[in-house]
Amino acid sequence: MLDTPHAEPRDVTVASNDSFKVYGQTFASRLLLGTARYPSPDVLARAVKASGAGIVTTSLRREQAGRDGSRFFDLLAELDVTMLPNTAGCRSVREAVTTAHMARELFDTPWIKLELIANDDTLQPDVFQLVEAARILVAEGFEVFPYTTDDLSVADRLVEAGCEVLMPWGAPIGTGRGLANPYALRTMRTYFPDTPLIVDAGIGRPSHAAQAMELGYDAIMLNTAVALADMPEDMARAFALAIDAGRLAARAGMMDERDMAVPSTPVAGTPFFDFDGG
Amino acid sequence: MQIVVNGEPQATDANTLRELCEALGFSGDARVATAVNGDFVARTARETHVLKDADRIEIVAPRQGG
Repeated sequence: MLDTPHAEPRDVTVASNDSFKVYGQTFASRLLLGTARYPSPDVLARAVKASGAGIVTTSLRREQAGRDGSRFFDLLAELDVTMLPNTAGCRSVREAVTTAHMARELFDTPWIKLELIANDDTLQPDVFQLVEAARILVAEGFEVFPYTTDDLSVADRLVEAGCEVLMPWGAPIGTGRGLANPYALRTMRTYFPDTPLIVDAGIGRPSHAAQAMELGYDAIMLNTAVALADMPEDMARAFALAIDAGRLAARAGMMDERDMAVPSTPVAGTPFFDFDGG
Repeated sequence: MQIVVNGEPQATDANTLRELCEALGFSGDARVATAVNGDFVARTARETHVLKDADRIEIVAPRQGG
C-alpha cells in the first residue's frame, strides 16, 4: 500500500457556521436586503424574515408635518435586524455628508451606505465625489459602505480613505441584469483578497447571486428582485438558498473549465471496448 | 418671516428650529432629523439654532431604501 499522506481536510463549513464579518459585527446571513418597493409593510416584514438577512438598508426622506417619523423604524426594530441607512439620491458631497449626519442621528448608527449618483440613466456612482465624501465621513467617525463601480483605482482610493468594505455594482440599480462584467469582479476579488466585498445592485435572479458568491464575494445586496417578485417571501428564500449554495461552492473548490470533453464514467472495463465497430 | 420647509415656501413666527418643529407638529422625541441650508442641525442644537428669513429647512424621517 502506498504511503500517501492524506490531504489536509478542507475547511468546508456548513453555511450556518460561516459567518460574515463587517466593521466588527458578525452576521450569519450573507444577504443584505433592501426595504423599498414592497407591496405592503407586512409583505416586507415577511420577506425580511424569509431571507434571513441580518442587515437591511433604509433611507431617509422628507416627513409630513404632524407625523412622528417612527412607524417604519419601529417595523424594522421589531424584526431585530441591523439597519444600514443609505444616501440614495445624493448628487453632491455636501448633500451626502449632511444626509449621513441626519441618518446617524435617526438610526443611531455610524454605518452609512454611501451613494453618490452621477446621472439618471445609469444611476452610476459618481466615483470622484464618492471618494471625497468617504474621506470626510471616515474622518468624522462613520463606517462607510461605498456603492462603487468595479474600477480598481477607485476601490484603492476608497480603501485608502478608510473604507473597510467595498460594494461594487453588478449592473445598474434596478436593471436585474446580473453581473455585467464578471471578469472585472473576479479581478477585484483577487486584488482585494481580505477586504469584504459585497455585490450591490443589478442582481435580478438567484443564479446571479450564486454566481457572485462563486466568484468569492462575501455577500450580496439586493432589493428589487425580491420586492417586485410575485411572491416576495418565496423569492427572498430562493436568494438565501442561492447565496448559501454559491458560498459553499466557492469554499469547496470548483473544477476548472476545459475546452474538450472528458468522460466521467471510467473508460477501463467498458464492455465491447475491443469490438471493431460491429 | 418666509422660510422653505421640505421644499414648500411658508411663513413662520418661530424663532428657533425647535420652535418651528413644534409648530409643525414634530414633538421633541419625534424620530426626525433636521438640516438648515444644507447643513445638519443635531436634535440637541435645535433649541439654540435661530432661524433667518429665507432659510431652507429639511425635516426627514426613516424610510424604505435599497
